Amino acid sequence: MNDTFLRWVLITLLVLPLFGALGALFPAPPGLRGRNQDQAVLRHGVSITGIVLLLTVILAAGFDYAHPARMQASTDLSWISSLGIRLHLGVDGVSLPLLVLTALLTFLCALYSYFKMPEGPSPKGFVALLLVLETGTLATFAVLDLMLFFLAFEMVLIPMYFLIARWGGEGRDRAAFRFILYTVLGSVIMLLGLLLIGLKAGTFDMVALASDNGSKLSHTTQLIAVLAIGIGLAVKAPMWPLHSWLPDAHTSAPTVGSVLLAGVLLKMGTYGFVRIILPVAPQGAHTFAPYLAAFAVVGIIYGSLACLAIGRQGSGGDLKRLIAYSSVGHMGFVLLGIATLTPTGVNGALFANVAHGLITGLLFFLVGAIKDRYGTTDLDRLSGTTGAALYGAAPRLGGLLAFGAVASLGLPGLAGFWGEMLAMFGSFHPAAGLSRPAYLTFMGLAAFGTLLTAAYMLLVVRRVCMGEPTAAPTGQPATPRMLADVQGYEFASWTPLVALTLLAGLWPAALLGLTDPAVHALLGGSR
Amino acid sequence: MTAPAGGLIQSVDWIALAPPAITAVVALLVLVADLFLPAVRKPLLGQAAVGGLVLAGLSLLPLLHAGRATFCLTTGSHDCSYVADHFTLVIQLLVLGGALLVALLSLNSQDDLPAGEFWFLLLSSTAGAALLPAARDLATLVIALEVASLPAFALVGLKRGDRLSSEAALKFFLSSVTATAVMLLGVSFVYGATGTLHLAALADGLGHTPRQLDTLARTGVALTLVGFAFKLAAAPFHFWVPDTYTGAPLPVAAYLSVVGKASGFSGLILITVIAFRHYADVWGPALAVLAALTMTVGNTAALRQRPGHPRSAVRLLAWSSVGQAGYLLVPLAAAGYVGPGSDPARHIGATVSYALMYGVVNLGAFGVAALVARTSAGNRIADYRGLYATRPLAALAMAFFLLCLAGLPPGIVGLFAKVVVFSSAVDAGLGWLAVVMAVNVVIALYYYLRWTALLFAQPDAVPTGAEAGGAPAAVPALRAPVSLTAAIALTAVVGLVLSGAPQIVLRFTSGTLF
Repeated sequence: MNDTFLRWVLITLLVLPLFGALGALFPAPPGLRGRNQDQAVLRHGVSITGIVLLLTVILAAGFDYAHPARMQASTDLSWISSLGIRLHLGVDGVSLPLLVLTALLTFLCALYSYFKMPEGPSPKGFVALLLVLETGTLATFAVLDLMLFFLAFEMVLIPMYFLIARWGGEGRDRAAFRFILYTVLGSVIMLLGLLLIGLKAGTFDMVALASDNGSKLSHTTQLIAVLAIGIGLAVKAPMWPLHSWLPDAHTSAPTVGSVLLAGVLLKMGTYGFVRIILPVAPQGAHTFAPYLAAFAVVGIIYGSLACLAIGRQGSGGDLKRLIAYSSVGHMGFVLLGIATLTPTGVNGALFANVAHGLITGLLFFLVGAIKDRYGTTDLDRLSGTTGAALYGAAPRLGGLLAFGAVASLGLPGLAGFWGEMLAMFGSFHPAAGLSRPAYLTFMGLAAFGTLLTAAYMLLVVRRVCMGEPTAAPTGQPATPRMLADVQGYEFASWTPLVALTLLAGLWPAALLGLTDPAVHALLGGSR
Repeated sequence: MTAPAGGLIQSVDWIALAPPAITAVVALLVLVADLFLPAVRKPLLGQAAVGGLVLAGLSLLPLLHAGRATFCLTTGSHDCSYVADHFTLVIQLLVLGGALLVALLSLNSQDDLPAGEFWFLLLSSTAGAALLPAARDLATLVIALEVASLPAFALVGLKRGDRLSSEAALKFFLSSVTATAVMLLGVSFVYGATGTLHLAALADGLGHTPRQLDTLARTGVALTLVGFAFKLAAAPFHFWVPDTYTGAPLPVAAYLSVVGKASGFSGLILITVIAFRHYADVWGPALAVLAALTMTVGNTAALRQRPGHPRSAVRLLAWSSVGQAGYLLVPLAAAGYVGPGSDPARHIGATVSYALMYGVVNLGAFGVAALVARTSAGNRIADYRGLYATRPLAALAMAFFLLCLAGLPPGIVGLFAKVVVFSSAVDAGLGWLAVVMAVNVVIALYYYLRWTALLFAQPDAVPTGAEAGGAPAAVPALRAPVSLTAAIALTAVVGLVLSGAPQIVLRFTSGTLF
C-alpha cells in the first residue's frame, strides 16, 4: 500500500467521527431506524467507531515497519497562513500504537454502551460527544503542528465535561468543573509556551522543530517554554501535585468516561512530553528532567499510599477512586521513564503508556460491572466483614478482576511489567549530565512503589474476590448469592484488552521495535 | 464642500464617503417618513432601515482595492481628514454588519419603542461609528465619536415609562459627557503643543515637541486616553456598563456591546498607533495595566452573577463584554512595546480579528437572548434551563456562541482569536499580561460553561411555576419571528464558516491595515 492511500486513510479516520457526531444528531435514515431511536443512534456510534478502528488497523497494516522513525501517511496543507498554522498530519512509531489504542478503546466503549447505556439523558448526545472525543484524541496523536496539537488538546474537554456532568454519578457537577478548569488552566499556560517556541523558532511545525533540535532557541527560551508546556502536560498526565482533579473525575464519570479518561486522555499529556518537549527544547528538558523525575517518584509513592489508605478496611474507600489513584502511580512511572532522557527510559514510558491504557481500561470496565451488580463501589459495603466473594458469586468476573489486578501490579509476562521495568532501568543509567546518584535514589523509590502497588492490588483481590460467600454484602440476608456472571457483550468488550495485555507482556518486542527507532530520532540532539 | 485654502473648489470623493453618508441619509429619510406614515405602516420604517444598512454595506465593495482619501489639505503635507484604507473598511464592515444584525433583532421586539425615533437614532449612531475609523484628524474623530454616542444615550432611555431605562440613560450620559470633556481637554493640550489636528502631522509634531511643552503634550496624551477608556468601559471607568446594559432595551444593549465598542476601539487605535506613536512608552504600559484590570474586573463580576436574578442573562453578557474588552486591549498594549521603527500593524490586526469574531458571536448570543426574552420576560439565566428540549437549534447556536466567547472547540474561531491575542502578548514580551489573561480565560470559561450546561440540563418540572404570570408548560413556545431567526442563523453560519476557515478573519494579523 502506498503512502497516498495511507494518507487518505489517516484523514478519513480523523474526519469520520466528526461527521458521525453530526450524523448522530439527525434522525436515522430509513432502513437504519432499528427498534427505536435510542437503539439506532447507539448502533450508529458502534458502526462509526468500528469503521475508525478498522481504518487504524489498515493504517497499522500499511505502515512501513522498516522505517518507524519516518513520518508516514503525512499530509501538509496550509490552513491559517497568517499564523503559519498548517494541517500537518502523520504517524510514526510513537504515535501509531496510541492511535490504535484510542480507536480500540473508543470502539469497545461504544460497544459496551450499546448494551449498557449509562443512566442519564438520551443516548443521542452521548454518542455525538463520544465521537467528538474520539476525533480530538486521535487528532492529538496524529497532528504535527503545535497549534493543531493545542486545538486537539482542547477539543476533548467539552465532550468529556458533558460525559461526566450528564451521565456521571454522585458529585458529577463539581467533578466535571474541576476537571475542565484544571485542564484549561494547564493548557492555556501550555499555549503560552507553544507560542513562545513558535514565535522564536519561526515555525509551528513539529517535524521542522524536532529536526532543529532546539538549535534556534536560546537557553532561556527553552527553559520558559519547557516550564509552561510542562505544566500544561503535567496537569493532563497527571503529575503529582497537579493530579487532584483526577480522582474526583474518575469517581464521578460513567464507566466509559473513566475508561477513556484513563486509557486515552492521560496519554495525551505524556505523549506531549515525548513529542514536543524532548525533541524541540532538549536543553530545557535536560534542566527540568531531575525535577520531573522527583515529582514522578513522589507521584508513584503517593498514589500507592493513597490506594493503600483507600483499600484499608473501615476507611469507606471507593474502588473506582482506588483505581484512579493507581493511575497517578502508574503515570508516575511513565513520567520517570521520560525524565531519564534515555532511549531505554522513553521506550519504557511509551510501553507503560499503552500498557496502562489496556490494563486500567479493563479495570474500569470491571469496576463498572461490579457497580452494576452490587449497586455500589464502596469497598466496605462491598466486602462486608470477610470479603465480597466475587470468586464464588461470579467466578469469571472475579477471575478477570484478579487478572487485571496482577497485570496492574506488574507481573512479568503481562503488559504492566515491561514498561515499569524499562523506566527503572533507564533511571539506572540516566542520560549524560544528569545526576546518577539522584536517579539511583529515584529508582530505589520507584522499586519500593512497585511493592506498594502489589500490596494494594492484592488487598483489592482479597477484599473483593475472596471472602465468605454467605456473609456478603452487609445488610443482605445471609444466603449464598449468585450474581450474573460475565455477559456476552462484556466478554466482547473485554477480551481484546485481555488478549492485548497478554500479547504485549509476552512479546514486548512488537511494540518496542516500533517505538525504539522513533525515540532515537526524537532524542537525537540531546545525546 | 469647499476648502479654505486658496479658495479652490475641492471635489469630494463621494464613493469613499458612501458608507457613513448613506447611513446618515437613510436616517434622515426615516425620521421624515415617520411624520407622514400612519401607525399601521410603521413597520416599513424598520425595513427601510435594514435596506439602508445593507446598501451602506454594499457600498464598501467598490472601495476594496483603492486606498481612497478625501477632505485633504491642498497645501503642505496634503494630510487627509477622511481615509478609506483597509483598516477603515474592516471596522466599517464590523459596524455596519453589527448594526444590521441589531436592526434584525429589533424589527419585532420594539412594540414598546417609538419606531421612528428608534430607527433614526440607531442609524445616526451607526453613521457616526462608521465615520470614526476613517477619521484622520482629531476634530473629525471627536465629532464622529459624539455622533456615535449622543443618539446612544437616547436609545438607552427610549423605553417609555421605564424607570430603570431612564436611570441607565442618565448614568450613561453623565459618564460619557465626562469622558468627552476630559478628552476635549486632552485634545486641546495636544493641539496646543503641536499646532495641528491631523493625526499624521501630530505624530511628527509630538516627536519634536519643544522641551517646555513636553509636560503639556504628555498630559494631553494621558487625558485623551482616559476619555477613550471611559467610552470603552475599560476598568476603572466601567461602572456605567452593567446598569446601562440591563436598563437598555435588549437590541440596544447588543448594539452598545459590539458597535459601541468597535467605534471606541477604532478611535483608540488611531490615536495611539498613529498620532501618539512617539509616546508608546506612556500608553503601552498604561494600556497593559488597563487591559489586565479590565479583564479581571469584568470576568470576576460576571462570575458573581446569580442565575436566578432577574435580567441576569443580559447582566452576565454585559460584564463578560467588559472582560472581552480587556482581551481586545492586550494587542494594543503590545503594540506599544514594539521597538521604534518596527510596524505595530500585526498587533492591531490581532485586535481587529478578535473584534470581528467577538462581534459575530456576541450578537448571536444577544439574538438568542432576545428569542428567550420573548417567552420569559425576566431574562434570567435560569430561564435557559432545558432550552435544548424546547428549541434545540437555538440552544445549539447559543452553546456555540458561548463556547466561541470562551474560546474552546467547537468554537474554533474563538480559540484562534484568543491564540492571536496571546501570541501578540508573548511576542511583545508581555509575559505577565499573558498569564493574567490565561487565568481570566479560565474564570470566563467557568461562567460560560455553566450557562452552556444549563441549556442542556433537564427542564424544570414546572418551568415557570415560580412566576405568577408564567406560561404553563403545556403551551408550545411562541413562534420565533423571521427576522430574529435570520439574525441568529446568520451569525451561527458566519461563526461556523469562520471556525472552518479562521484565515478569513485572522488574515488581518499579517500585512498592514493602514
